[in-house]
Amino acid sequence: MWPDPRVSKFVQDNFIPARVHVKDDAQKFVEYGDKYGAQWTPTVLQLDPKGEERARIEGFLPTDDFLAQLMLGRAHLAFGMGQWDDAERRFREVVEKFPNSDAAPEALYWAGVAPYKKTHDPASLGATAKAFKERYQGTPWAKKASIWG
Amino acid sequence: MPINFRHDVDAVLAEASRQNKPVLLDFSAAPM
Repeated sequence: MWPDPRVSKFVQDNFIPARVHVKDDAQKFVEYGDKYGAQWTPTVLQLDPKGEERARIEGFLPTDDFLAQLMLGRAHLAFGMGQWDDAERRFREVVEKFPNSDAAPEALYWAGVAPYKKTHDPASLGATAKAFKERYQGTPWAKKASIWG
Repeated sequence: MPINFRHDVDAVLAEASRQNKPVLLDFSAAPM
């Protein structure tokens, strides 16, 4: 996952990357594992600038799925910081670039929520419900969006 | 382009706060 140039560029562009290794950083691994509830490897956390966890990936994923989850997490991070325009753009980017990934239905859902959070105009929720009628049927996210339209 | 992972997590968290930048924290068992 990590050696892929798309992954490394995304990480370098979006984060300060840090690693604790189960053997080489054994004491720190226990310390931060307890702090963040990380009890398995690989576990990848996305922390906001205050050190609060905003997204988590546990277990190995093939590169495209991993990158999609990283992008989804980064979008959630923007959402959690109230950066609604950036969050929506990032969620939509996941759907556009990785439409067949597990991350895509979740991203489509939150891409509808972000503009609503900004404007309180429910139109984006209705549009999202409509979009789910055309794709990702049978996913939990389609069920969650079904109440909107 | 290899990722320059840092191992001084406390310093990374402090820098993230100063720079208002997110942190990616990898708990790894991969060969180093």
